[in-house]
Parts: sequence; C-alpha cells; structure tokens
Amino acid sequence: MGNFPAELKYTKDHEWIKIDGDIATIGITDFAQGELGDIVYVDIDSLGNTLNLHTVFGTVEAVKTVSDLFMPLSGEVIELNSKLDTNPESVNKDAYGDGWMIKIKISNQAEVGDLLSAADYAALVS
Amino acid sequence: MKRTSLYQQHLNLGAKMVPFAGYEMPVSYTGIVDEHNAVRNSVGVFDVSHMGEFIIEGKDALALIQYVTSNDASKLFPGRVQYSCMPNENGGIVDDLLVYQMSENKYFLVVNASNIEKDWNWIKSHSAKFDCEMQNLSDDMSLIAVQGPKAKDVLQNLTKADLSVIEYYHFVVDTFAGVADVIISATGYTGAGGFEIYCKNENAPHIWDAIFEAGKPYDIKPAGLGCRDTLRLEMGFCLYGNDINDTTSPLEAGLGWITKFSKDFVSKNIFEGQKANGLQRKLVGIEVLEKAIPRQHYEILDMDENVIGEVTSGTMSPSMNKPLAMGYVDLAHSKIGTPLKVRIRNKDANAIVVKIPFFNNN
Repeated sequence: MGNFPAELKYTKDHEWIKIDGDIATIGITDFAQGELGDIVYVDIDSLGNTLNLHTVFGTVEAVKTVSDLFMPLSGEVIELNSKLDTNPESVNKDAYGDGWMIKIKISNQAEVGDLLSAADYAALVS
Repeated sequence: MKRTSLYQQHLNLGAKMVPFAGYEMPVSYTGIVDEHNAVRNSVGVFDVSHMGEFIIEGKDALALIQYVTSNDASKLFPGRVQYSCMPNENGGIVDDLLVYQMSENKYFLVVNASNIEKDWNWIKSHSAKFDCEMQNLSDDMSLIAVQGPKAKDVLQNLTKADLSVIEYYHFVVDTFAGVADVIISATGYTGAGGFEIYCKNENAPHIWDAIFEAGKPYDIKPAGLGCRDTLRLEMGFCLYGNDINDTTSPLEAGLGWITKFSKDFVSKNIFEGQKANGLQRKLVGIEVLEKAIPRQHYEILDMDENVIGEVTSGTMSPSMNKPLAMGYVDLAHSKIGTPLKVRIRNKDANAIVVKIPFFNNN
C-alpha cells in the first residue's frame, strides 16, 4: 500500500508533519501527491505570517487540479522550501524529503496531540 | 457505471480510473505529463470506447445529415470524414461530431459520450420526413485512438492496408490484427497525428493487446483522458461541455469553417444574422504570463478589472510549459496581443490573447 513513515504525524488534509521540538516541517503525503498527479507550481506566500490551525498557507497546482494547503498546527511560518519554485516535481518524486514545503514555529503544543499517527492515516486512505 | 471492453486492460496497466460520462475511464497510467509527451514524441494509445456511434442509412440519409449538421456533408465520399456540429434551434450547439461516409447512402456518426441520448433523440426528432433508418451502435463498438508520430509505423505491422496513403480525415475499412471490417481512420483529438481504430467490442481486447505488442520497439504507452485534455487544449480543439455547449454559437467558437451557408440546416438563419451583424463575443486563446494555472469558470478581466468573460478550458501545457486557457471574451478584447487578466483565486494574473492553435508541431 502507501508509503507513510512511522516517525511522522499526519492530517486528514493529507499533510505530513515532522516535529522537532517547537519546529514542525510540513509537506503533503505520498498519497496526496499521487492523487494530484504532476505538480507544476507550489505557491506559498505566507512566509513570516502567524497562522491559525486549518487556515490556508498556500496552494499546490497540478496539471489537472489545484488544492489548498492547510496549517496542520497553529504557528509562524519561518521557512519555505524555495527549491520548489524551480523543482515543483520534487513533491511528486520525494514527498517526505526534497518535497517538504514549510517550516513553522509551533505556537500551541496541545494541538500536536490531535495529529494522526502513520497507522491512523494509513487506515484513513486505504 | 458502465465499463468499456478494455476495463481489465486498464487495471492491468495500473490505470487510475475515474467516472466520466457514465463510464469508468482511465484518467492516467504513468502520469499526465509522461503520457502527453509519449503522444507528442512517439506514440500513445487511448481507449475512447465511451464515444457514441450512429449509423444513418437510406435514400435520404444525406438530406437528414445536411439538415441537422452545420458542415456540408455533400462534399463527403466513401472514405472521407468530416468534422461538424449539430446546432439546436436557438443557435447553440447540441454536439460536435464526426461524419463518415461509408458508402452511397450510408453514414457513420461519432458523437460525444455524454451526449449520446440527447443526440439520438435530437436527430430522431428531425428524421420523420426523411426516408432513412437510424441505428445506435454505441454499446456495441469500441474505439482505440493510436496517436503520435510513430503511430503509423506501429499500426502498419497489423494491416495490409497502406496507411501511408490515408490522408488526414480519410479512412479505410480493412482487416486489422486479423479482425475483418475494422475502420482505420486518420483522425484524432491530439494534433499529434495517428489513427483511430473502430471495432466491435468483442475484438477490442485482442486489438488493444496487438497494438501494444507491435508498439514495443517504439516504447508505446497507454494514455488516459488527462493527457487527452492537455493535448487537445494545446491544439485549441473545442471540448463539448467546456468550450461549446447548448448556448454557444459555432461562429463565436471559431467553428465558422464548419458552418456552411450553401445548404439549409437548423438555425441557419440565426448564424446568417450573426455573420451579417457581427458577433458579440469570441472564443480566444489566452496565455497566462504568471505562475498560476487558469481553470474552467475563472473570470477573465480587462486591464481595468471589469469582468469580460470566463475561462472555458485551462491547463498547464506540458509541451510548451506555459499556463494556457480558452475562453469567451467580448469582441473588443478578442484581438491577438490584447492584454487581459485572469482571476486565479485571490490574484489577478496578467495574460494575453494568443493565436489558436497554441502549439505548433514545427
């Protein structure tokens, strides 16, 4: 089936989250990139913004469709993966590695407990 | 949900299946861009068996076709195909279609899957005063489109018919992959060249497999509806339901070349009036100059941000690596080179009217 690394957390919006203290790295799952197909633009203009849980931090455009990207946790967007400007296909090729999208400074650690485990997420998309 | 005779082939090839016009159809196999490039550069194979096929046969077959379609079917001869459209009584379009002349008094019509019933009823409603029979073969026939610069080389291995002499929009009926009476038609919806193969459902899996076997040296690939859309859009070919529908005039849609006033047909007077008085709006090609993809129903604005139209089809062009769209705009903004904006979610992206086809093979 799908590829869902156990060390990551997930959301129903098909994002993965790598927690490292109060910093979270965020991208979309391998399942999500497969559903979207060839990704041609990753448009994120929220650098420096402090955003609430579930608000839109950017959009991802595939040939066939466009999808909003939602904050899986509240926090400040402190870094973007600028390589996606020229290599958006990284999201298709390496969703959990080179395809990462943003890093945020988590503002509410309590929300981390609501994220899905790899097993929960795998069950959701199977 | 219906399935084509090639459903199992699609599953074996790992297709992503989606509902389309009442059928479960393959939208992609290896990825839209990969399949798109295979068709442009070598050869790709589409199952488009969901399309509808009618036979109209009899003494008045031509007269009926002349009345319900806009192109001049009297120019056809056995072995010749014509692109045409069926206008409704209000000057809109019931459907666009292909008209094949099979023999004297016998015609073969190929219509869009989503319109089969509507088209059948529409033609039927005009048929009473014409001496001819209609037959709906849609559920019995399969259609395999083999498209791309290497299509001819692949298919030539499977038939004695000389494919190199079949010109664009011509066809032969011959034995293909050992199956008798297969229609081999130099048509397609990709602008990449190639053929469309019409056969009975029971022969479709064998023919599909034979094409893939013959195509191995050319790295032949299955191609889904996803790249069918990007390929046709690069050529500026209209898609019924997007770019043309019951409310669009063929003249507005740039289909004046298949609207022939040399004969009588449904809504002819309306189109003559449009031609005499000038059109209100036109379907144009649009290139977006920013990193954002225009999609169906996005608003088109003039430089003062007044809404002047709507995108009817849009995509990222894999061959040109540019965001492209088609849409209707008022006549004043239809000239090539006119700057426009397209409202792409929260931002108005700069765009420009460009000529159709967007893509030029040379």
